[in-house]
Amino acid sequence: MIALLTRDLRLAIRAGGGFGLGLAFFLIVVTLVPFGVGPQGDILARIASGILWLGALLACLLSLDRIFALDYEDGSLDLLATAPIPLEAVVTVKALAHWITTGLPLVLAAPLFAVLLHLPGPAYLWLEVSLLLGTPALSVLGTFGAALTVGLKRGGLLLSLLVLPLYVPTLIFGAELVRRGAEGMAIEVPLTMLAGITAATIALVPFASAAAIRVNLR
Amino acid sequence: MTLLSVETLTVSRGGLAVLEGVGFSLEAGRALVLRGPNGIGKTTLLRTLAGLQPPLAGTISMPPEAMAYAAHADGLKATLSVRENLAFWAAIYETDTVEAALDQMNLRALEHRAAMSLSAGQKRRLGLARLLVTGRPVWVLDEPTVSLDAASVALFAAAVRAHLASGGAALMATHIDLGLEEAEILDLAPFKARPPEEGGHRGAFDHDFDGAFL
Repeated sequence: MIALLTRDLRLAIRAGGGFGLGLAFFLIVVTLVPFGVGPQGDILARIASGILWLGALLACLLSLDRIFALDYEDGSLDLLATAPIPLEAVVTVKALAHWITTGLPLVLAAPLFAVLLHLPGPAYLWLEVSLLLGTPALSVLGTFGAALTVGLKRGGLLLSLLVLPLYVPTLIFGAELVRRGAEGMAIEVPLTMLAGITAATIALVPFASAAAIRVNLR
Repeated sequence: MTLLSVETLTVSRGGLAVLEGVGFSLEAGRALVLRGPNGIGKTTLLRTLAGLQPPLAGTISMPPEAMAYAAHADGLKATLSVRENLAFWAAIYETDTVEAALDQMNLRALEHRAAMSLSAGQKRRLGLARLLVTGRPVWVLDEPTVSLDAASVALFAAAVRAHLASGGAALMATHIDLGLEEAEILDLAPFKARPPEEGGHRGAFDHDFDGAFL
């Protein structure tokens, strides 16, 4: 399991692994918004939580198709499926590797990008908390879409269509948590809902993803 | 000791039966070579035995955790070195035979080269070295000698012979004579599935419709 994690991390960092692409995409999205809506600080501050969450979500989506497609193409997914570790564990480890290479850099860089959008001071803490709690769910849900489209040529767009609706609850409660934090309102409800969605996702989705891979390998 | 036994097995590709009534058994220390024209279902049979797809009918009995499967594709990661590729599979199978495998498949001089800079034959040798690090007794090999030169085929035959001598067994689909005179040959042509009109299986859809999607 640890061997699989280190292999995936090593592959992501080496040439062509795509490490950092998501972060660069996030930066571009966040920088483009002020060009689109104008430089008024009060408007930007009001939409900042939503934009930051949307940017994180799209940046996460960008690298989802690599989770299984590369292993499928070179035949190692077949070999992993016949290896002594269960496919559910393979899915979980791959989701973790995806989160470390995509979600974690987003969490760490988000406060810097939030400055570009005039995010109000009290919201920074809740931006970090919401991304830290929410982005693991994005990676795990992403494995399900990646597993469904693993054998398809150019399945990237289909993958986005399948996965984006599943991201809706995380997006709603994540952005709501930041907005409430910015306005100094009670944050218990979105916080517990966000954590609950992530916990349920991590517990259940790997089984669905593993089943989808088994069907696709036939 | 029988390591693998197969009875009245029917396998399907794309929902249609390709082979039916396949039966054989593989004892420890024996090798079985599958022969048959292209499209007869050799790869499908091997994938079914590896557990990658369910059989349409029949039984496969094998001790748990006994098989190592090697497909057409070697499953190598282009940006990892030869040693890193092998060490990964050794860690997955919890063995420590990387050094022996490097020596046995003559990869010692290449151990720090990235897999992407290997030739097709060298990649194949690395793919076969992966079998050595699995430590599994039953090898299921699909065209193991593709793109190997004569010397490498001999190297591979020696590795198979050593595996058989240590109580393993091998089942392979190959068209090349490996020089393994002890290997038995199973011709798959007589097991070709009959068309449905003559009473053959119609495929995955005739009885268990829902099962085809699960």
